[in-house]
Amino acid sequence: MEPLRILDPSGRLVGEPPVDAAEVRRLFEAMVTARTYDRKSSALQRQGRLATYAPFEGQEAAQIGATAALRRDDWLVATYRDAAAMWMQGYTFEALFLGRMGDERGGSPPAGVGVLPPSITVGAHMIHAVGLAWGERLLGGDRIAMTFFGDGATSEGDFHEAMNFAGVFRIGTVFVCQNNGWAISMSRDRQTASATIAQKADAYGFPGVLVDGNDLLAMLAAARAAVERARAGKGPTLIEALTYRIGPHTTTDDPGRYRDEADVAEWSERDPLLRVRRYLQAAGEWSEDRERAVEEAAAAGIEEAVVRAEGLAPFGPGAAFDRMYARPTGALEEQRRLLLEGEAGQ
Amino acid sequence: MSEMNMAQALNDALAVALEADPRVVLIGEDVGTTGGVFRVTDGLQQRFGDERVIDTPVAESGIVGAAFGMAIAGMRPVAEIQFLGFSYPAYDQVVSHVGRIRNRSNHRFSAPMVIRIPFGGGIGAAEHHSEASEAMYAHTPGIKVVAPATPATAKGLLLAAIEDADPVVFLEPIRVYRAIKEEVPEGHYLTPIGRAEVVREGADATIVAYGAMVRDALKAADALAADSVAVEVVDLRTLSPIDAATVVASAVKTGRVVAVSEGHRTAGIASEIVAIVQEKALYSLLAPVARVTGWDTVVPLKRTEQHHIPSVGRIVAAVRRTLED
Ligand SMILES: Cc1ncc(C[n+]2csc(CCOP(=O)(O)OP(=O)(O)O)c2C)c(N)n1
Repeated sequence: MEPLRILDPSGRLVGEPPVDAAEVRRLFEAMVTARTYDRKSSALQRQGRLATYAPFEGQEAAQIGATAALRRDDWLVATYRDAAAMWMQGYTFEALFLGRMGDERGGSPPAGVGVLPPSITVGAHMIHAVGLAWGERLLGGDRIAMTFFGDGATSEGDFHEAMNFAGVFRIGTVFVCQNNGWAISMSRDRQTASATIAQKADAYGFPGVLVDGNDLLAMLAAARAAVERARAGKGPTLIEALTYRIGPHTTTDDPGRYRDEADVAEWSERDPLLRVRRYLQAAGEWSEDRERAVEEAAAAGIEEAVVRAEGLAPFGPGAAFDRMYARPTGALEEQRRLLLEGEAGQ
Repeated sequence: MSEMNMAQALNDALAVALEADPRVVLIGEDVGTTGGVFRVTDGLQQRFGDERVIDTPVAESGIVGAAFGMAIAGMRPVAEIQFLGFSYPAYDQVVSHVGRIRNRSNHRFSAPMVIRIPFGGGIGAAEHHSEASEAMYAHTPGIKVVAPATPATAKGLLLAAIEDADPVVFLEPIRVYRAIKEEVPEGHYLTPIGRAEVVREGADATIVAYGAMVRDALKAADALAADSVAVEVVDLRTLSPIDAATVVASAVKTGRVVAVSEGHRTAGIASEIVAIVQEKALYSLLAPVARVTGWDTVVPLKRTEQHHIPSVGRIVAAVRRTLED
């Protein structure tokens, strides 16, 4: 199966672009901002200012292309690696940083943003997207849900339950698998014996599409079609985005143990930003100055978000008890008292 | 003898078992090429091949369910789950099948297998990476649950778990993996399952702990020794079945008991210790049995985790309270 492609790696159009060049430039700027955030996060982790971080460099087109098809009020349920997608849908960099700093306030997006906190457990969250879209339908609305996950996640039982529910009940869910080649140290062919992940949708009775995940325009086109289908009540779609994670699985991982660095070089040639930049250059919609200005603005905004996140006073002892129930239970009130007494007695 | 940390001691135990018994296989996510997220299985696939050290898809229920089948077939699988917080998809297999097969088949079938799982916090890890829900497993009939505190115990207990006729959930305290080194005997030896150990003698009070909390209990005992309070420390080692005799003997000796657990408070391992002591040593007690535990909250993230895991200070304060009575 040939993946859907609209922009080839040299930046040439090989299909019908879903948006005009000005809109492509806006999305390119989002990609530049996302990459700035990603690199900044890895650097902060090295300085010990963030806990373990999962970089997404190389996957910007998959995340930004797909989420660009969403309406502002649609739901998004994503993983630890999908910061770009979450940000596109309204999650703030500050919240993303807070989460990585080990602060529960990071799980709380601005009011009205329908993005759940990133799922750390692999697999479980896809079915939540089905439930969200289903709930919206039962409530009479037309908000749909998009969910992101990796190729490894398709091995978990929950993936199959999510796909099956969505198929049986024709729920407006857009499943976006970022097949980035690896699940920690295990390559894609150790997750499934099927030739593609996209074809799995067939077994659940709805369409699956294979897409060049490093092609912003192909991702956007595929996601638009899936979102329209979902909103029209026609049911789910599975999009398999063929992409690659250029960096390690997380900042604690050493990919040198399991993968050939020649592959990294090869995939770097297919860099999703490079491709769009080449296209915009040819269309006369790009300038070095402009890109630098976007980078600088992004770096400044991201730096501010770091400062705000680091400046937020940590929760004091006992605050954890407030988040467990609508009103703390008697047992928790008692435990809060014990904790505070104990802390005082030290 | 050589000096090893806990990760190395566990690796050594697995090598000894793989060498000695062709029925032993290791199975889990990333256990082969990378040697596991904590490098406990480092080098074993290179040495024993990929039919003995098996990298699987990301599927905990699959790993434990397949290991269960292998065990019934006659193998001795050692499954690895990367973190306790990722064991829940497999918990259905453990509670619905692994723990029941001997009973359900009236001894016709059994599942001698080990499920190794890192547990506990203290390293500021991400959500789900610091769980201490060991009580859930201790509450499950038909399995044994062990949690070593030191490298030498870890090696002996793991070999005992692999040789046990019943399934064992083997919990490895994350913050101990590389924190301490000690002399670990060469070759094969067993640390018996179901036996607690008095790791420090004392006459004034007893602290019962396990896993990473044993080190903190010993630190608390040191702090109290400075005030001439002699604290006995019992390392539980096995959480199911608990060695009540050792705990009770110490309670009778000192009359004051503090149970320490990083796990959640309600229906936890510490609660079980309190129950055992009051059932079997009530008339020797000089003070109510105290608990120092994690709280009934989700384990907090890095920024507030220090308020959750029992601190040395909280343990010391609890011992002092028992001394006031
Ligand atoms: C239920 C569960 N099991 C194991 C893990 C540990 N783990 C974290 S990421 C990962 C690999 C996931 O690979 P994939 O789904 O392809 O996503 P990627 O990380 O490549 O984006 C694993 C096994 C987890 N987080 N959750």
